[in-house]
Amino acid sequence: MGVLEWFDSNLVSIVDGVAYGLLLFTLATGLSLVFGMMDVLNLAHGTLYLAGAYLAYLLSDGSWGGILAAIAVGVAAGAGGGALLTVMTQPLARRGHLDQALLTIGVALIGAEVFVLVSHGDPLPATEPAALDISISLAGHTYPAYRLVFIGVAALLTVLVYLIFERSTLGALVRATVSDREMVQALGVDTRRVLLAVFAFGGALAAVGGVLGAPIIGPAPGVDESVLVLSLVVIVVGGLGSIRGALLGALYIGQVQSMGVVLLPEYAPFLIFGSMFLVLALRPQGLVSLARTA
Amino acid sequence: MTRTADVQIEEPVTAPAQTSFTARWLPGTRPRVIAMLVLAVLLVAPWIADIYTISIMSRILVMALLTVSVSFLTGVSGLPTLGQAAFFGIGGYTAALLSLAGYGIGPVQVLAGLTLGALVALATGSVVVRSRGVTFLMLTFAVGELFHSAAAVSRDLTGGTDGLPGIPPVVPLPGMAALTNDGLVFYYVLAVFLPLFLLTEIVVRSPFGLALRSIRDNEARMRATGYPVNRYLLAGYGMAGGLAGAAGALWVSVLRYVSPSDLGFSMAAFALLAAVIGGLGSMWGACAGAALVILVRDYIGGEHISVAGRTVTGPLLLGVLFIVVVYLLPRGIAGIRTQLASRTPGKAADS
Repeated sequence: MGVLEWFDSNLVSIVDGVAYGLLLFTLATGLSLVFGMMDVLNLAHGTLYLAGAYLAYLLSDGSWGGILAAIAVGVAAGAGGGALLTVMTQPLARRGHLDQALLTIGVALIGAEVFVLVSHGDPLPATEPAALDISISLAGHTYPAYRLVFIGVAALLTVLVYLIFERSTLGALVRATVSDREMVQALGVDTRRVLLAVFAFGGALAAVGGVLGAPIIGPAPGVDESVLVLSLVVIVVGGLGSIRGALLGALYIGQVQSMGVVLLPEYAPFLIFGSMFLVLALRPQGLVSLARTA
Repeated sequence: MTRTADVQIEEPVTAPAQTSFTARWLPGTRPRVIAMLVLAVLLVAPWIADIYTISIMSRILVMALLTVSVSFLTGVSGLPTLGQAAFFGIGGYTAALLSLAGYGIGPVQVLAGLTLGALVALATGSVVVRSRGVTFLMLTFAVGELFHSAAAVSRDLTGGTDGLPGIPPVVPLPGMAALTNDGLVFYYVLAVFLPLFLLTEIVVRSPFGLALRSIRDNEARMRATGYPVNRYLLAGYGMAGGLAGAAGALWVSVLRYVSPSDLGFSMAAFALLAAVIGGLGSMWGACAGAALVILVRDYIGGEHISVAGRTVTGPLLLGVLFIVVVYLLPRGIAGIRTQLASRTPGKAADS
């Protein structure tokens, strides 16, 4: 079988992998920046995604207005959640990662139970806009239109995030805070406000990822944990605190997850955690590294 | 500053002030009295408690042993681990397979679980103990997930995701009858737990334990002094793996079932969090932390308390517990006494 035939027969899963990877990127960005900047291991990050996905289920009714409303509420809820977590983790700043893990897992457990109370524990189908609920032809394969649009929107978000963090003055401030917080403080910047802004931004991004990604990874109990675990792998593989690393890691894990499910269904976890193990053992700072590693 | 033998070992080496306080406020005999009381309660409990309570108590003892292994690694050696469930599961599957093959004698299963857990830990440890901090946490997490996936995939050996049900009851010693009574199973678990717990306490107080704590507090200095730091940490990692393996073997004697979820992320995370709640580095604190987590999640959470018409579930209570502990007990249950000390005026000033 030639390369082209192989590519053709696996096109659907490759495109699925891109969608999956970009979805993970929306989560991993916030997680990575928050860890890189504040040294906060936020294990409630998956909860913000799940909150977004439930909002999509509640507000999205197939109309364009519905999904826009879900996005707007998602941004507000995610940013609010991020800000709340900043305030909650602030007193623990000097107490190390395990206390933060204890706190944020506590928040995640409570969040998960609240979602179960709302949904009665059933997986809920999120409605995509009716105009996109069709299949289109992609190089001879039928493919859901929503996923292609999702890839477009998520790619746009990715470019936006990249431009903000890598090309703007604001982004330079954030990157400087990641690599040397004391120095930025010495320059007269209130780094706490930078931290709050980044946490809120990361939370909003995760919640929007949840709203848009709901038709792909729908709201169900346990989704918060599974997306959290995958985004942890993404940021570890990519390198903590780096946007480029998060993107690289997300696209890689997206492909492994979707190709693995097709080619070696049971062995996908080995590929994912094996990659994580190898990267950590050989290059602990991740593939792309900006932050000082602890 | 002299350290008497009976003074708490859970205090960091670099905190002599707390030692002086506890030495005065809690004379060396007091912890022994408390330990004897706890032991007496444990011995009497099966005669008065109902079956459900007894099975919860057995589970607490097993989780306590797993948490002790996590606390030893994370608190004493300074290596935060999310992978101890892997060795717990290895011990569990070892005991289950031995039992299904007709080798029902408990101590043999525990020894097999302990040995295999320690060997696998030593094998993976040669890579893992070179890292520290979050990298170590993530590496052990990856190791745990790899073993979890392996248990789910290798159906012929482990029964895949269905696990291995129908494990025969444990035989405590050759020639004795199998234990079908929950109270007797509890006594068996206690009889295995106690020597392993005491052994760990002895190791923590030994020169080896002191070296591990010194590596945790100032690795560069220990390296400069000439200690083969990584070899010490590898030995600690192997020992913790053995303890977790023994706990896994006991788990199978209690539940008579083993499945990949016993090696999963939740198990590893709960053990780590129980160790944090108990106060990292304190072995009795680890037991208290494990007891609190199981009591809140399974015992109180299993009672179906309802508030405003909604059932309050175990995980919800556990979430609240985690948050409360983080803010109110910064040094865990084992740190309560030192916390009380700093609140009493005049006493803290002595430091």
